[in-house]
Amino acid sequence: MKVLILFVFSMAAMAQTAPSIDARLAALDTAVKSAQSAGDNAWMLTSAALVLMMTGPGLALFYGGLVRRKNVLGTMMHSFILMAVITALWAIVGYSLAFAEGSSVIGDLRYAFLRGVGITPNPDYAGTIPQQTFMVYQLMFAIITPALISGAFAERMKFSAMLLFTVLWALLVYFPMAHMVWGKGGLLNAALGGKIPCFDFAGGTVVHITSGVSALICALYLGKRVGYPHEQMKPHSVVLSVIGACLLWVGWFGFNAGSALAASGLATSAFVATHFGAAAAALGWMFAEWIRTGKPSVLGAISGCVAGLVAITPASGFVQPFPALLIGFLAGIVCYLMATLVKHKFGYDDSLDAFGVHGAGGTLGAILTGVFATSAINDSFKDSAGKTLALGWVDGNAGQVLNQLVGTVIAWGLAIVGTLIILKICDAVVGVRAERDHEIEGLDLSMHGEEGYFFEV
Amino acid sequence: MKKIEAIIQPFKLDPVKEALKAIGIDGMTITEVRGHGRQKGHKEVYRGQEYNVDLLPKMKLELVVADARLDEVLRTLTGAARTGKIGDGKVFIYEVAEAIRIRNDDRGETAL
Repeated sequence: MKVLILFVFSMAAMAQTAPSIDARLAALDTAVKSAQSAGDNAWMLTSAALVLMMTGPGLALFYGGLVRRKNVLGTMMHSFILMAVITALWAIVGYSLAFAEGSSVIGDLRYAFLRGVGITPNPDYAGTIPQQTFMVYQLMFAIITPALISGAFAERMKFSAMLLFTVLWALLVYFPMAHMVWGKGGLLNAALGGKIPCFDFAGGTVVHITSGVSALICALYLGKRVGYPHEQMKPHSVVLSVIGACLLWVGWFGFNAGSALAASGLATSAFVATHFGAAAAALGWMFAEWIRTGKPSVLGAISGCVAGLVAITPASGFVQPFPALLIGFLAGIVCYLMATLVKHKFGYDDSLDAFGVHGAGGTLGAILTGVFATSAINDSFKDSAGKTLALGWVDGNAGQVLNQLVGTVIAWGLAIVGTLIILKICDAVVGVRAERDHEIEGLDLSMHGEEGYFFEV
Repeated sequence: MKKIEAIIQPFKLDPVKEALKAIGIDGMTITEVRGHGRQKGHKEVYRGQEYNVDLLPKMKLELVVADARLDEVLRTLTGAARTGKIGDGKVFIYEVAEAIRIRNDDRGETAL
């Protein structure tokens, strides 16, 4: 009896206040969107922080450990100061040149000084997160890319030249390349109407080929370090490098899985592929070295891991876990041979193997992405009738390998020409190479007036 | 008085110190040094680049003892430092002209 009365009362209450079905659906719709936006934004802000962690402390430690003791601070400074320099540049024009709709090679200035970049999403790129989240996430990529190059000119470049070089390099090489691959209307943009669709999920061409190839040009232009290769130039602390490599591995989840731009299943696929690629590459380099020199070095295993992360970067978000293992394993072996056999055969002094790891690994990854990309992982590409498109060779679209090659060649070309021009400018303005005496003294003291290690008695 | 200069394996420092303490020798001066005698160094490989490391880390002990105790100290020291392999090190012995304790100007063996 009591229950019945309660029921009647509650029915009466509902009849008085129940909104229409439409209004309730609209409210539900808003609630769902807001929940998705909250989830996506949480993951993207986390990813942005993870990618910044890759530069400092990740790359700073990885590279810092590989140089001689007298250059540890100078090398760490290369990574650290870019966290400041590129951030300022990004706010002024960088974001706009990379991501504003403009021509097919460069964005216009509509977002200069971040005008109009607020919390409203930009549906062209990521419809569920504030555009500011997208902007700051992409900034972290622009920071690490020139920092990667520093591995090639480590221990011998003037600090002033390095600053000027990286600012010009961001303007002339990185922003155009990012625009071509990821920007709306970019020449190679597979998602937003590019003429030559090139798959690059998280920056194989934009980040690793451009930085790796530019690194090679820097190494050739600057010449060898004083005493190379006769003098002892062994890493002063592989321990620092191990810590750095592990931070890179973890940070790379933000780099690749974050490139899904949402807390989605695609992010999970990219996360898994990233992890598998890194693991297999550590094994590939280690075994290749073990067979050739008789010992599996720690430096080899961690270098392999980074090479695998590089190679899987364009492929993550497109490939199944098993091809990810394969791509990683191949990258470990190929980059090992590049950093040892090829470098010594040609005699260039790529101090920390920025080209051997990022240039070679990035190129391999970009091409293999065309082979292994599959719509089973990424079904966001559809034809005009709404049918899911075949992606890579494994899907039956062998022509994609050619598209990937075109993207690769453009990235190589832009990096070579851009870097040469920039080096010439820097040489004319401030001089790129540190003076011989300064180089012998070490860049820590000669450039920064400090020492990395001072143990008081 | 004799000065004993012993270059030993770093990992033998503690056994040598303990053994000398057991026979009543407390004072000594230690330096971390690098060097090699007949022992060849080793090879290190970093990303395919080979480095021959021939100056190996060693410990140098310096102590001054009364003439009467020299043989006993040497026996104890070499016994504790020996592994029987190349690289165990060497001992050199010098005559000492004078010893002075700075605190109270003690001279000769009383200063040891």
